[in-house]
Amino acid sequence: MFRFSLKAFAPSLIFDRLSAMTSQSQVGQFVAQPYKYGFVTEIETEKIPKGLDEEVVRLISAKKKEPEFLLDFRLKAFRHWLEIKEPNWAGLDYPPIDYQDIVYYAAPKQKSKKNSLDEVDPKLLETFDKLGIPLSEQKRLSNVAVDAVFDSVSIATTYKEKLAEHGVVFCSIGEAVKEYSDLIKRYLGSIVPINDNYFAALNSAVFSDGSFVFIPRGVECPMELSSYFRINSGDTGQFERTLIIAEEGSSVSYLEGCTAPMFDTNTLHAAVVELVALDDASIKYSTVQNWYAGNEDGIGGIYNFVTKRGQCRGARSKISWSQVETGSAITWKYPSCILQGEDSVGEFYSVALTNNYQQADTGTKMIHIGPRTRSTIVSKGISAGHSSNSYRGLVQIGPKAFDAKNYSQCDSMLIGDQAAANTYPYMRSQQPDASIEHEASTCRISEDQLFYLQSRGIDFEEAISMIVSGFCRDVFNQLPMEFAAEADKLLALKLEGSVG
Amino acid sequence: MICSDAPVLIEICDLHARVDDQPILNGVNLTIKAGEIHALMGRNGSGKSTLSKVLAGHPAYSVTQGSVRYCGQDLLTLQPDQRSRIGVFLGFQYPVEIPGVSNLEFLRVSTNARRLEKGQEELDTFAFEDFVQERLGLVQMDPAFLDRSVNEGFSGGEKKRNEILQMALLEPLVAILDETDSGLDIDALRIVSAGVNQLSNAENAILLITHYQRLLDLIKPDYVHVMAAGRIVRSGDKTLALELERNGYEWVDQGLKALGTT
Repeated sequence: MFRFSLKAFAPSLIFDRLSAMTSQSQVGQFVAQPYKYGFVTEIETEKIPKGLDEEVVRLISAKKKEPEFLLDFRLKAFRHWLEIKEPNWAGLDYPPIDYQDIVYYAAPKQKSKKNSLDEVDPKLLETFDKLGIPLSEQKRLSNVAVDAVFDSVSIATTYKEKLAEHGVVFCSIGEAVKEYSDLIKRYLGSIVPINDNYFAALNSAVFSDGSFVFIPRGVECPMELSSYFRINSGDTGQFERTLIIAEEGSSVSYLEGCTAPMFDTNTLHAAVVELVALDDASIKYSTVQNWYAGNEDGIGGIYNFVTKRGQCRGARSKISWSQVETGSAITWKYPSCILQGEDSVGEFYSVALTNNYQQADTGTKMIHIGPRTRSTIVSKGISAGHSSNSYRGLVQIGPKAFDAKNYSQCDSMLIGDQAAANTYPYMRSQQPDASIEHEASTCRISEDQLFYLQSRGIDFEEAISMIVSGFCRDVFNQLPMEFAAEADKLLALKLEGSVG
Repeated sequence: MICSDAPVLIEICDLHARVDDQPILNGVNLTIKAGEIHALMGRNGSGKSTLSKVLAGHPAYSVTQGSVRYCGQDLLTLQPDQRSRIGVFLGFQYPVEIPGVSNLEFLRVSTNARRLEKGQEELDTFAFEDFVQERLGLVQMDPAFLDRSVNEGFSGGEKKRNEILQMALLEPLVAILDETDSGLDIDALRIVSAGVNQLSNAENAILLITHYQRLLDLIKPDYVHVMAAGRIVRSGDKTLALELERNGYEWVDQGLKALGTT
């Protein structure tokens, strides 16, 4: 059981105890809470000029000294992107994005090749220290290997040697292109093709860095792997790319965290994540997303358009997504599973919290292709302030997916009377044997629940976080232990001073 | 147990309260001393539950007149959580379900809040489990209920036992038990009453809100009060409850008519 404690943050609460909690509408008065990751690191950065054309794509590829096949990949993607339109079907409202007003490559200036952490700019190490992700040897998180990505480049990956002893590859995608080009050639774009959607095409054209993971046959990855993405520049888009390959009988748990400074402009983040699980392999992918969400009037914040997809290619393979989405002004994200192998399993556990003027349209797609494939969807949306939070999910059962089973549960919690919660479940079945279950509910934090907890000596703020925590419990139980505490603190912080 | 020189724990003077625009309490006066058990009776809608909620600080009720002093301090300016921490306990008529929140964790946080206020040290998970195991015996509650969500899916009787378990953990000075007997079968009623009797001592006081003599056969009150139209209209010893059991409340109506305030 993970419970939020708000006490540690009490000094900054803007909260009148005596007038607190007199009506449901007051429960909904969210006020601005400090975003403690909002600082900017002063560091010399190499940036290319704003704008996007074929030359820019070539330039990025050249800067990364990429092989020909990858430049072709990028150019194909770019040409396709030019021909398609930005999707508008999501329940999101934002001004048009000017793609020519974005910097597509920014890198902190440092020695061209870093052989050890000692050569990494101390300012960068300090930045990650401040974010609670220590990279230096003596302070490393035990049993979590971290790949730290700063703007467009990966600056350090910890525990590489220890992982190598087990045959596990964990490095930046840039490095993988050079060292493991066969794997990259075989798998990159095989799950999310370059023409998949507008943002995936854009990412395929300009992706900068990201993480690469390869778990060989039969290996259970000895530690949690983690990537930490940090946007530092205000005008730079972040387009990271992650590829995880789990060979037959292997397993891995991967964690992803993200933060960005506070700017009053919007920053574009368009990532692609591809997962492949072969026979009997299992991948658990967990995200705590805390990009800057904009201020209390909805100014600034990250536009987060992400394509995440896993393919259960092998029999009895399993892919499990868990996400805690609390940041970004706009979230457009549907981590999905293609259940191709027979008896394969897909899972999606999500907590999405929106506040102020944040908008989230998030959910999943479970595509059942193989026989006896199973999927579980548990989505918890919490909407506060003037925010809008939509669950959008597709369950598709193909003609060969005999005895496929899906269970979906979508719960929404509204805080205050200005927030919106929507649920858009799509179900398509071509298989009469399939079983699809969908449950949905919407609730408010009731005055009676608050009063009950308070009348047992639990203060108002803690009572709220207890109730919200209880609401999210099914999802939190799915998070790896190492991550749970972070998710915990994060939601508490987002709810801080939220009521009163 | 009446002891004339016992300290006053709670003193309610001319208390008026309303919900929305509806006046419900119209001048309640009641003084409770340490060691005493008071029973509060009266028809549905006479204001008994409202009085209990006002004393615990429910935000839906506003006090328009009067005062409540608890151990010398003004109770009405305190938030519900502060009231609980200094020793005022309300046993709910309808305990609230809180999905996903572990009962054990809830009890621990609650107990520690009260302990800190009393200057005792907080109990960690292990120490608390020992403490709660010991107190479970008082209400003969199945420890399995500790692992469930707060009150979720509990039967009426289980919810009431959980309330008395909280009373046992928090060790309040003033416990207001709002129809703790409703929804209990005969055996559960005996168990819960025995638990309350064990918790009653010379330092604390209990205000029992009930409709039925059967509870007062098991928990013997020192005083019985009858509420009508938001006021205590008659007080006496336990024989008053027996009189009500025989004659009902009609005399109350007549008394009120005489006062011209039906």
